[in-house]
Amino acid sequence: MRDIKIQVNDLSLYYGEKKALKEISMQIPANKVTALIGPSGCGKSTFLRCINRMNDLIPSVKITGEMLVEGVDIYDKNVDVVNIRKKIGMVFQKSNPFPKSIYENVAYGPRINGLKDKTQLDEIVETSLRQAAIWDEFKDRLDDSALGLSGGQQQRLCIARTLAVSPDIILMDEPASALDPISTSKIEELVHQLKENYTIIIVTHNMQQAARTSDHTAFFYMGELIEMGKTNAIFTKPEKKQTEDYITGRFG
Amino acid sequence: MENTMDIIENPFSKSNNNKGKEIKEKAVIGITQIAVLLIIAILFVILGIIIYQGRDKFSWEFISSFPTDGMTKGGIFPALIGTFILVIVMSIAAVPFGTITAIYLTEYAHEKSKFAAAVRFSIRTLAVVPSIIFGLFGLGFFIQFMGKGMDSTFNGGELHWGQPNILWASLTMALLTLPVIIVSVEEALKTIPRELREASLALGATKWQTIKQVVFPGSISGIMTGTILAVSRGAGEVAPILFTGAAYYLATLPGSLSDQFMNLGYHVYIMSTQSSDVEKTMPIQFATTLVLLILTLSLNLVAVVIRSRIRRKAK
Amino acid sequence: MNSPLPKEPTFTKESLKKQFRLSEFLAEKVISSVAFLSIAIIFLIFIFVFKESLPLFSAAEKVQVQTETQTITGATVETYGSETSTESEPETYGEPAESLEPETYGTPTEELNPVAEESSEPETYGTVTEDLNPDSASEEVVAVDEKVTQNNEGEDRTWSTFFTTEWVPVSDNPRFGLIALLIGTLKVTLIAMLIAGPLAILAAVYTSCFASNRRKEIIKPIIEMLAAFPSVVIGFFAMMVLATFFQDIFGYDSRLNAFIGGVAMALAAIPIIYTISEDALSAVPKTYTEASLALGASKAQTAFSVILPAATPGIFAALLLGVGRVFGETMIALMATGNAALLSANPFESVRTFAATIGSEMAETVFGETHYSVLFFIGSLLFIFSFILNAVAEFYVKGKLIKKFQGK
Repeated sequence: MRDIKIQVNDLSLYYGEKKALKEISMQIPANKVTALIGPSGCGKSTFLRCINRMNDLIPSVKITGEMLVEGVDIYDKNVDVVNIRKKIGMVFQKSNPFPKSIYENVAYGPRINGLKDKTQLDEIVETSLRQAAIWDEFKDRLDDSALGLSGGQQQRLCIARTLAVSPDIILMDEPASALDPISTSKIEELVHQLKENYTIIIVTHNMQQAARTSDHTAFFYMGELIEMGKTNAIFTKPEKKQTEDYITGRFG
Repeated sequence: MENTMDIIENPFSKSNNNKGKEIKEKAVIGITQIAVLLIIAILFVILGIIIYQGRDKFSWEFISSFPTDGMTKGGIFPALIGTFILVIVMSIAAVPFGTITAIYLTEYAHEKSKFAAAVRFSIRTLAVVPSIIFGLFGLGFFIQFMGKGMDSTFNGGELHWGQPNILWASLTMALLTLPVIIVSVEEALKTIPRELREASLALGATKWQTIKQVVFPGSISGIMTGTILAVSRGAGEVAPILFTGAAYYLATLPGSLSDQFMNLGYHVYIMSTQSSDVEKTMPIQFATTLVLLILTLSLNLVAVVIRSRIRRKAK
Repeated sequence: MNSPLPKEPTFTKESLKKQFRLSEFLAEKVISSVAFLSIAIIFLIFIFVFKESLPLFSAAEKVQVQTETQTITGATVETYGSETSTESEPETYGEPAESLEPETYGTPTEELNPVAEESSEPETYGTVTEDLNPDSASEEVVAVDEKVTQNNEGEDRTWSTFFTTEWVPVSDNPRFGLIALLIGTLKVTLIAMLIAGPLAILAAVYTSCFASNRRKEIIKPIIEMLAAFPSVVIGFFAMMVLATFFQDIFGYDSRLNAFIGGVAMALAAIPIIYTISEDALSAVPKTYTEASLALGASKAQTAFSVILPAATPGIFAALLLGVGRVFGETMIALMATGNAALLSANPFESVRTFAATIGSEMAETVFGETHYSVLFFIGSLLFIFSFILNAVAEFYVKGKLIKKFQGK
């Protein structure tokens, strides 16, 4: 792993008294897809939300340890959480478009950044939708409500919306879990294309999906990082027994 | 299905003891049913009698003309207009205030914050303080303190604001209806999914941007319900305006906020208790009550419909 | 923010440095301050309602001050004309100034005089006139002076009359017997709660335990619609229709009385008690019901011996808030109770409640007068009472509920 994007050192997370993440340490490579797998409740989603500090929203959460992104600890007192989130985008498990038009959904991010120029906005909306491979589908109905789209379309719109802010890292929290197989494969394809320009971290409970899409895989269990390595290696000859049990379907 | 029921129930129903129990069971349920029916009956009786007694006088002319002959004839136009002005000024004061407080409670307040708990407690207290107390407060605070204070600083002591008027009455009413608005808006804000707030924040929006762009637009229906309910309440309350601005009779409509005003509810009260001839003006009283009731009930109905739509959407 | 969309975002300490956002800061401050206002309003209500009744409390010290200022304001002293001397009181009792008060006031209680005499000795005060009447207090100076003198002389009397049974506020010898008003208020409250309590709770039990979902969806909004009836409408209905209706049945003398007022107020209290009780009953965990039914209890047994007891704290709160509503209800009391401060156990006699007293008399008082202060004092009592009711409903009941459903 030559190009390290994120370096995590002894990161622990507490919900009140309960320790939900236990001394996680790992390295996430740049411009690669890293999959986080594990049984539900293992802490993989919680860990993902640590990367853009979404857990700040929960009052009882306390976090210790370091999360270095390009060498900067994002939990440092002097770091601005809003700026962090502009550079680390997130796609959620349940597609959550705003109750606005398709155009407004994609333009939301640039607009809140103060971009008012119409031609520039148009441009960004188009590029983002193209990047998300939905421009051809949507170009004639940009003013339609996003709520009228199908689940898969909504999720890809949410990806386009995230791309519109030009993030550096994209976090995906089980982005295809609620979708049909065709939509899922479209999303997976998209993930594959996007990794050229972005560092992608994807949480999934679908082993095949992890195997298909990711370059690296990290296995979480009971709030601990059990094992991390190249996806091939993890799936063919895992070092730890728990990983093997999980992958072969013996639990979870 | 029925067969199985029989099998289960048969061994018991044979005993006499159980028959007595069954009767008792029916009687108990019957009593509670009677309570419901009684309340609903009373409600419709009130409605029916007021409609019946007020229907003759109730007409467009009655609504659109001034009272004449020492209020023994004519219509209720100034009372209606006075009530409208009252609720409009009241809404202008109470709606922003209530909306912002609701936004504080749902968006800014921390779960365990003592301050937020105190705010909640205050709002609930505000909701149970007797309406006459608001009247006293309006008199003591708005008229004696604010009004007289404004007069002595701006008018050189000449009495202008330091007496009952529509502004003070409206503000008094605004305090009374504040909890209604807060509760409605808060309820609407709670139906906005957390995912939408997260989506906005994850795009790098600040908290305030998220509130402006995502939370506030989602609360419009709640603000509407709250406003309508508050207007319905404000249109019907009389005690708070007894000594903060309502007038017995005015020959003209209020021209400025420092004028007194006539009010539907107050009109009913005055006509029925202090009219020169209560018997003779009975039809006018019933018709005025009818107008007031139509106003408050229809507003309430609209609010209930909007609210149930919000609730259904949330599901 | 430099460019709106940095093409190459880099994670450097510089680009991620904490920013101060003015709009963000202001928004939070403004929103919290507005929220704070609701707390402030509660305090302001108490302060300003209580403040207007303060002259009653400062009176004792003012006696001292007054004797000194007397000489300074000597010039105006004459304008008082005449003042009340305690000896001359009895004559004036006969003619209460207000038509609202029934004749029964007639005789004064003798105990009043000694108390009053003790403290209000100064002989300088002349004899009775109508000066105490609101109308004559048109000149500012006189009004103010009058207030002071009246305080000086009348205060201790005011206080001592609080615990008597006569309410004769506008008279040469004003008496502010709160007992009669208290009894009147309690009487109406009791009658209203005896009607509204059982009716609303039984209706709530039916809605939450026995009614089918479809019926529930019809019943609830209809009963809650009763809450949308303005109290002046209920008062009017009681006065015009109920009073005659019940007079035909019971044949009592005074058309408007405590019973009519109580019935009308019950109508106002029913939706409150019903809604909160229904919520409390519906909040009882389903497992309670299932357990009871599984043990072979009938629906009615389950409702009354399992669900109802479990919901007691909530129903208690409902009743408290119902009492609060009735206790402070003004328009219904003004219109339907007859407004005579009689002391009687008979529910068919006219009564006068605290709230109605404020509502009917405030407009006739003069700013700063004792009568004015006393009405505000009554207001403070009402406020404190409703505040306590709400606090008890909130804290006591909530605590109980938490204990009940979530274990000790």
